[in-house]
Order: sequence, then C-alpha cells, then structure tokens
Amino acid sequence: MKYSVFSLLGKAVTGQQKWPKIIQPQQLKPAYDIVIAGAGGHGLATAHYLATNHGINDVLVLDSGWIGGGNTARNTTIVRSDYLLNASFALKNFALQLWDGLSQELNFNLMYSPRGYFDLAHSDGELEHFLLRANAMRLGGANAEILTQKEIRKRLPGINLTQNTRYPVSGALFQPEGGVVRHDAVAWGFARSASSAGIHILQNCPLTGIKIENEKIAAVSTPHGRVDTGRLLLSAAGATSKLATLAGVSLPMEMINVQAFVSEPVKPILHAVVNYNAGLSYISQTDKGELVMGGASDGYISTARRGSFATIEDTLARAIQMFPFISHLRLMRHWSGTADIPMDGNALVGNTPIENLFINCGWGYAGFKATPAVGWAMAELLASGVLPDLLKPFSLNRFETGALIDDAGVGPYPWLH
Amino acid sequence: MLLINCPYCGERDQSEFSYGGRIRNYPALDSSASIETWHRAIHLHDSSQTPIGEYWHHECGCEQWIEINRDVDSHEMTPVSGSDALPGRGQS
Repeated sequence: MKYSVFSLLGKAVTGQQKWPKIIQPQQLKPAYDIVIAGAGGHGLATAHYLATNHGINDVLVLDSGWIGGGNTARNTTIVRSDYLLNASFALKNFALQLWDGLSQELNFNLMYSPRGYFDLAHSDGELEHFLLRANAMRLGGANAEILTQKEIRKRLPGINLTQNTRYPVSGALFQPEGGVVRHDAVAWGFARSASSAGIHILQNCPLTGIKIENEKIAAVSTPHGRVDTGRLLLSAAGATSKLATLAGVSLPMEMINVQAFVSEPVKPILHAVVNYNAGLSYISQTDKGELVMGGASDGYISTARRGSFATIEDTLARAIQMFPFISHLRLMRHWSGTADIPMDGNALVGNTPIENLFINCGWGYAGFKATPAVGWAMAELLASGVLPDLLKPFSLNRFETGALIDDAGVGPYPWLH
Repeated sequence: MLLINCPYCGERDQSEFSYGGRIRNYPALDSSASIETWHRAIHLHDSSQTPIGEYWHHECGCEQWIEINRDVDSHEMTPVSGSDALPGRGQS
C-alpha cells in the first residue's frame, strides 16, 4: 500500500492498528534466479534496484539476523562524498545524488537531512591537503568550500576555536550536501520496496553452505533446506569473509570493531555533522536531541562486537575538545559493530574466481553512505553480468595486480585504515 | 578492554601496547618467490580460523615485541611469548 496523508487518515478510523506488514511473509521456494546473502542496506538496495531498474524479482534475500540488526543500523548515519581519489569519490557522490530523491522513490521517509558536513583541519598543512580534496570534489561536480576560523565560528556556535588546545582548529572543509539519513529506515524502506515487487526476504535464516558444480554456483543450503540458484551475491559486511570460505574463496581483509554512542537528549545545539581529524571523532545531533558520536576502530582484529573502554574515552576526549559542553552530558547508549576492512582500506565489490559468485564487502567505515549507489551498480552487475565502470576499481583482483585504492596511504594494515 | 599478559612485565592494560597485526609467514627476501606467493603471504589468510597469532608491542612498558594467541570472538588469550621475529610493521 502507498503511504500518504490519506492512508494515515484512513487508518486513523481503526486507531492506526491495522497497517499491513512492511514485508510480506513468504514461503521459501526450491529455486531462485538470484540469492543475496545479507539483508542489510546494501543487499536490500541491490534487491530493490533489481526489481525497479531491471524487472527481476525472482530473488531471495536471506539474513542470519534481522533487518536493521547489523551494520546498517550500527553506523552513525552520516552521508558525504568528500573523497580525494576518483574511484571513492565517484561512488559516494553518486550515492549522495540518489539519497536526495530516495524518500520519494521508496515512498518511505528516510529523513535525509543535508545539514552540511564540516571536516576540521588542525594545521596549515592539513588545510592545504583539504584544499586539494575540495578542488578534486569540485572538478567531480560536487560542492565543497574551505572555511576559515571566522566562518566556522559563524556557522558552528559552541565550537571551541581557542588556540590553547592540543590540536587547535585551523579551518575546515565544508560539504553542504553532506548530512544524515535515518539508517534503520533505509533498511526497511528498501525491504518494503523489494518485498512489494515480489522479492522474498527471509530473516533468521543463515547461509550454511554453497554448492559449486563445474566451477559455477549451483545452490546454497539454509536451515530451511537447499535452494537452487544461478547467481549468488555475498553482501554480509563483517560475515562475508566467513561466507566466502564456504566457497573456498579467501578475501584479503580483516574484521575490526568500531564503536558508537549517543548522549542523553538535549535541546537543539548542533545543526551540522562535524568531524575532528586529530585522531577521529565525528558528531551530529538526532531529531530527538541525542548527540551521536563515533570514532576510530579499536585498532585490532575482532569479531566480538564489543570494544575497549580506552576507545570510548579517546573518542569522547576529542569530542570535548571540539565542543566543551559535551563534558556535561551523560552517555545513554553504546554499541559496536564488526567492520570489514580490506588490506588497502577500500571496498571489495564484483566478481570472484568462481563463476556467478559475486561479492560486495570490505566497506569498513564507508559502507552506509554508499548504500544506494552500490545497490544500483550491483543490480546492474547481477542482471547483465557486466561489471559497471563505477565498480571496476574495487575488484578483488586489484591485490594481485597492485592497483590498490589506498585512500589513507597506509599499506596492508587494515586496523590502521 | 584487553588485559595482556606480557611475559616480561606481567598482566598489563591494553592501552600500554600498540598493535602489530596478524603473524604472517613471509617468503625469503631473495627474489626466489613469485608475485603470487607474495600476494598470498601479504593479503590472504583463513578468515574462518580463530584463535589467531598476533604481534603486540609493549610500547609504554618494556618496549618488547610479544606474540599472543587470541580468540577474536571471545578475546580469550592463550600463553604469550616474547618474539624474536620482527613484525611487518608496528603502529608508530
């Protein structure tokens, strides 16, 4: 059913009790054209675009957990495209363009709020690098400004610009289209669209085996039985490595723990997304008034989904350097997610050595903001079998050929990316 | 928070250490190994396997590199030893 003011008024008659389920309960079929393992934002966006862009709906999306239980709803909801390298920029900027119209397209309020993204620089050298990045963004068709201290003060009241801090702020890169998107709405919005197109979505149903015949995908096993399929996409973030081992494929990435937290709700104080670059600490305020904060990874390999207190302390210390008023607030909730980070810190998307086995993983911190663009391009790959230009740089074989996309210039040490 | 049992100093807080990553076996540096062998040594590993062997550097303690076996799901650590091998690179 279409959500509108009329459906809202109509359901008011029955006390808003009789809304249809967002995804329709489905019986598992013995065979599907395409199986997608992982019902997160990326997997569901892929399903949505398979249906809307390519008219394919013989698709099964399965997940070992529940919709909105994984990294899609564990990030800090920030979307932006301030990347220097062409491949990273192109994908995220295309995503930013899609975010803009997605609430209408899905008929589901994703609460995209382009409130502006401030990336703070802490030295003249860093600001110069930001200028390079801003120019690259403008050449790519995005908006970017370099702000002086005075301009930052005007736009971000409450920020600490005194020079007696450990890492004083010298300027900022500002992207006006950057902002936040309600992350669980993204998962449910795509799920609802895919489900209404006839795509089957199964929660609490892990992928337990991959059957390969003649070096081609033949079937997958689940606790509900065997499912024959011609094409399989592994899109399960931190779990993708383990799923790939079921097909005998080894992926060049490590799992790392990333933490995030929210404070108690306060009156509106911060109308933008701000990132502190000396170390890492990013912050925004939700519509409910909570401050959402995240930082760097815990810095060691982990699939535990629980992190070190030292990282919380470190991230909050940096947040307080930015906005001293935060020291008066209490933390209300805290959580962790398993980020999958390849050896060059960038995503792994595309084909694998096994025919018709595709992967979409390795997004680390950067997955949420790329969601609609990756779904769009991945659907094209699954439908046509041809790797879209947008995804070519992220292919698995770049580690053999040496064509790495190392945004941070760190080398094969995922925990440092 | 991890508590790491340094063989030289005893049980210490993780924040005293910096991370050196997974223990990898690199080929000899005499150009006899193929690019494919180096690719496997640097980039690939068995992701389904835990515990893993890893290097930590007791940076704010005895400044020794140590080797640990750690379960990456539960963080349970099995006996640690000092390390003679130099890791690929520590966090500096």
